[in-house]
Amino acid sequence: MSIKIDLSKCTGCKLCVKACIYSAIDVVEKKAYINNNCTLCGACVSACKYEAISISKKKKTAFDEGDYEGVWVFAEQKQGKLAGVASELLGEGRRLADELGVKLSAILLGEKINGLGKELIFYGADKVYIVDSPILKDRLDETHADVLVQLIREHKPEIFLAGATSFGRSLIPRVAATLETGLTADCTGLAIDKENKFLLQTRPAFGGNIMATIICPNKRPQMATVRPKVMKRAQRDDTRSGEIIEETILNPISSRVKLLGFIEELSDKVNLEEAEIIVAGGRGLGKADNFKLIHEMASILGAAVGASRAAVDAEWISYAHQVGQTGKTVCPKLYIACGISGAVQHLAGMQTSDYIVAINKDPDAPIFDVANYGIVGDLFEIIPVITTKLKEINGG
Amino acid sequence: MNIIVCIKQVPDTTKVKIDPETNTLVREGVESIINPFDIYALEEAIRLKEKIGGNVTVLTMGPPQAAEVLREAIAMGADDVYLLSDKAFAGADTLATSYTLSKGIEKVGQFDLIICGKQTMDGDTAQVGPEIAQKLGIPVVTYVSKIEDIENGQIKLKRMVEDGYEVIETETPLLMTVIKEINEPRVPSLRGIMKAKKIEIPIWDASDIGAEGEKIGLSGSPTQVVRIFAPEVSKEGEILEGEPTEIAEKLILKLKKGKVI
Repeated sequence: MSIKIDLSKCTGCKLCVKACIYSAIDVVEKKAYINNNCTLCGACVSACKYEAISISKKKKTAFDEGDYEGVWVFAEQKQGKLAGVASELLGEGRRLADELGVKLSAILLGEKINGLGKELIFYGADKVYIVDSPILKDRLDETHADVLVQLIREHKPEIFLAGATSFGRSLIPRVAATLETGLTADCTGLAIDKENKFLLQTRPAFGGNIMATIICPNKRPQMATVRPKVMKRAQRDDTRSGEIIEETILNPISSRVKLLGFIEELSDKVNLEEAEIIVAGGRGLGKADNFKLIHEMASILGAAVGASRAAVDAEWISYAHQVGQTGKTVCPKLYIACGISGAVQHLAGMQTSDYIVAINKDPDAPIFDVANYGIVGDLFEIIPVITTKLKEINGG
Repeated sequence: MNIIVCIKQVPDTTKVKIDPETNTLVREGVESIINPFDIYALEEAIRLKEKIGGNVTVLTMGPPQAAEVLREAIAMGADDVYLLSDKAFAGADTLATSYTLSKGIEKVGQFDLIICGKQTMDGDTAQVGPEIAQKLGIPVVTYVSKIEDIENGQIKLKRMVEDGYEVIETETPLLMTVIKEINEPRVPSLRGIMKAKKIEIPIWDASDIGAEGEKIGLSGSPTQVVRIFAPEVSKEGEILEGEPTEIAEKLILKLKKGKVI
């Protein structure tokens, strides 16, 4: 269980020193040595061109791989309506299941949700496990985790995927910790390793500065939450057939956390995570009043309104609109950044968007590095013209 | 009220850059800081203590240098701090980290409330809070934006979700993770900074907290990083030029062509 440097291969090139974010490598007389700061993150192993660094880990298999089979996706729903991420997970899950030659199952929990079972089959599930119970009426971690753990223990899927939504990111860690298995957060890429059939889970880390591919070799199921809107939605096919299995849970627990109510964000459409188009404003707007330019363009496009941290900190708009590492992570089809320079933390929250348009007066603003279309100029001149043109199209 | 806050020392990821030639992280000039979300957790704990009395204990797991973030916690107003540090803790994923922290929390003993930041800035997983709660067998409420009311072990909270806020009622003991909206952290007082300089930080290793060797560090971590690489950044961007009307027309045409609008 340690990191080793093969000094005969080490050339003292210091690539590993550059790669180490924890200052854990010293080079003395042209040889690299690991110090106490090491967290065994593995960054240096990838960085070394001479394969001089290795992390060894005792091989242990705590399960019989053959026992675990099939891909499961958690079909998140709210008040009888499927979350957008459910069909994305089914699309991705279908691909993985076909590659492994196994069945794809959807797990549906809630109250009075039986009607949704068929939908999940239309979107690609071979089987749907439904638990319909008043205990699962509200989306609460304890009750849902208890049911998921029981189902997983009984049916033993090899892969379990859920959406990286506020519910999924809260609920699934509880499930994984109970099962004592690995969980990879907020994945943006999934694949099957050809050689040993492991699930390769790729996700951004360090504020989107690096991508890491993670495996869970010795525990099952291999669990991941998946960033909404990154995976392609499954095509709906009303002719598909499948099996719907109603499960009953013995001795369900009750939740110590109770949902008293829900306050919708009233100002306007802020469900940024679900939005197809986002128009976002930043410091360049100058003052709160100027956000109306953003609201106007957004309403023509049927878009949600986003904001940079600078705009939120200046109290021009509420925190619910903040996009970026300290706010929300979004992945719309189109992201229009107006007067946003593009600090790393902002980019971390939106750079996986399909199309990015940037409007900024500074040609060197980092936002242009990730933009498909850049407009260098005064946003007060450009935005009203774009809005007017869009109106014309919609009108005629 | 006994409050425990879990914090982490992280590299300041806002200063991390990728060397385009070697495709590796450039760490020069990257300092270690207290995870920004944890400052809101600390502030909330100290405010609660000031309001209803009690004690704030802060835990962190990390290498010896992580003691620095505990000094910051003292400077802000924390009462007790402990550093969980052991070579055997290295390489921990979220499962092993939450196990280790839960053992540290058990060693601290009595608590009513555990507060964590919503996620760390280096890992960005948001998993350790909920996993600690599971290990301790207590409920968790994530993304808390406001503590509405806390009295006699009953607690009312607001938490932020995609399309608004949930109003939650629950009981202590509880673990909550907090978002930036919850408060505006104070600047440490001079007296706090002086106190922090002098204090000796207690260090607990694996045997101090009674952690099982198989459940900590690399051996207690089911997940393994197999590859680290730089994200694709170049989007082959195109700068649209001309008069505003011209630009607007070009843009709309391109977006229509790409079937984006």
